[in-house]
Amino acid sequence: VSAAPRTEPRTLAPPERRTAGVGRVERVGAYHLITAFDAAGPAHPRPGQFYMLSAAERWGGGGDERPYLPRAFSHARARAGELTFLLEAVGPGTERVAELRAGERLALVGPLGVGWRPPREGTRPVLVGGGIGAAPLLCLQDELSSDAVVLLGFRSRAHAEAAALFAGSAALATDDGSAGRAGLVTDLLREQLGADPAATVFACGPPAMLEAVRALCAELGVSAQLALESGMACGFGACFGCVVPTVDGYVRLCVDGPVLDAELLESAFVGQAPGSAGCAGSVSGGAGH
Amino acid sequence: LSAIELCGVPLAGPVLNGSGTFDAIAARRAFGEVLLERFPFHAFVSKTITLEPRQGNPPPRLWETAAGLINSIGLPNRGLEGFLASDLPELAELPVPLMVSVMGFSRDELATLVARVGDRDEVALIELNVSCPNVETGLVMGADPAETARAVERVRPLTGKPVIVKLTPNAAQPAAVARAAQEAGADAVALINTLKGMALDPRTARPWLGGRTGGVSGPAVRAIALEQVAAVARAVDIPVIGMGGVASGRHAADLLAAGAACVAVGTESFRDPAAGRRVAAELASLQLAGAAQIK
Repeated sequence: VSAAPRTEPRTLAPPERRTAGVGRVERVGAYHLITAFDAAGPAHPRPGQFYMLSAAERWGGGGDERPYLPRAFSHARARAGELTFLLEAVGPGTERVAELRAGERLALVGPLGVGWRPPREGTRPVLVGGGIGAAPLLCLQDELSSDAVVLLGFRSRAHAEAAALFAGSAALATDDGSAGRAGLVTDLLREQLGADPAATVFACGPPAMLEAVRALCAELGVSAQLALESGMACGFGACFGCVVPTVDGYVRLCVDGPVLDAELLESAFVGQAPGSAGCAGSVSGGAGH
Repeated sequence: LSAIELCGVPLAGPVLNGSGTFDAIAARRAFGEVLLERFPFHAFVSKTITLEPRQGNPPPRLWETAAGLINSIGLPNRGLEGFLASDLPELAELPVPLMVSVMGFSRDELATLVARVGDRDEVALIELNVSCPNVETGLVMGADPAETARAVERVRPLTGKPVIVKLTPNAAQPAAVARAAQEAGADAVALINTLKGMALDPRTARPWLGGRTGGVSGPAVRAIALEQVAAVARAVDIPVIGMGGVASGRHAADLLAAGAACVAVGTESFRDPAAGRRVAAELASLQLAGAAQIK
């Protein structure tokens, strides 16, 4: 795959792992919201980029004597040297990050990858998040600073509490109907696009959701950008582990993604984290549990 | 760290990368030109190239183990012509000597690769990745001393550049393979490559990796690497490039003490892109402390 154009939405990362002090750790329903002070990193990562995170101390020795590799997380917000990450504890890596306390240290590399591109001219942005995939849409909403439509799907009311992190009100669907509509976020998207197809869709979520978004947008001729997840060891193109199949062959999500144009994909049903068996629903634009 | 020579090629220090564990072209996209100012290695080893382009193995390609990683990447690369046209000019901009890793599925393929790569001024050293089956004999070249010797004998007259044989740890006696490589004219040997490994999908009990099996690397293989490097260093007179689980200056010092002339950092670079620089700095302070003690 040829190098991406120079205009790609990418803020360069310092070429080494660094540490950031953990500020607040809050519960947001089923999720954890971690704020870290990243004084040595760039102040303006692009929405949709991601960071490779690990706990600076005691990384290893959890379940299955893991974690060993860092885990990829899109930042939820980046303001004045403060990075915020939204995560769900679903494996030895995310569990260790989630148990960090104020004053402890996070090791990180980033920002990495390419983020969201601007909406196609003459279209309104429609943000579609599934579960933890809401994370990279928060900073995107901040940046678009307009009346972007936000559609969110969650498993349950506890997960849906993350909707409160968005400005304004988001349309909600839950699997069990305990918050918002009972059903899928793609039902909301179909209604939204049916009413007015002049939209650019920005979506992040589990593989089945992304594939449903891709297929719907292809059917309606709507431009879509998808933030995908795939098992990733390094985050900067070294390991070749995170490839996903596209119409141009395999591409590395870490350097050519995680945000890809939906037109590049025959299917968005891709990606699994190393050392885990699926755990669908836990997506942060990067990879790993 | 003091400068050294590897097969006549001057290096500012002894820390290399393991082939396939650092993509300098992709890293430059992520980190920018500052990567060249703070380049992590004293020589750069390319990802292995083959005669024809390869897409690599179907995903999933990774599995995290206790203190390590199994990978099944499958040598994706642009092929010889694509490498020479697209990658080599970019790798030539790196601030350190370039070692190009090549793999052939027959001795003829290997000969073509060595001759064409060796012709290019940008290339200082050539590494033979012999961890693949010879499609004519079905034998893994690097698992057998005689097969390794035949491969080295075939390519030796085709280039004046140093030829380094990357040994596989999946051989009954790596030291015997190393000796055969030396006798056939290799200028150095490098070890260890990854150890063959496997993981099962816990939901289905079927192989997790798209390529079924993969190679284990990381701290999990460090003790095995140290023993194999020591055994090979005792068996040959040519330089040994030691690697396997190196994550600190202490680990590098251990491999040097076991007889290695250089060390390579591999999987640790996945965790920290500056791991090579950190290992070199830690090694330098260990050597300083050691020198002070002797005085």
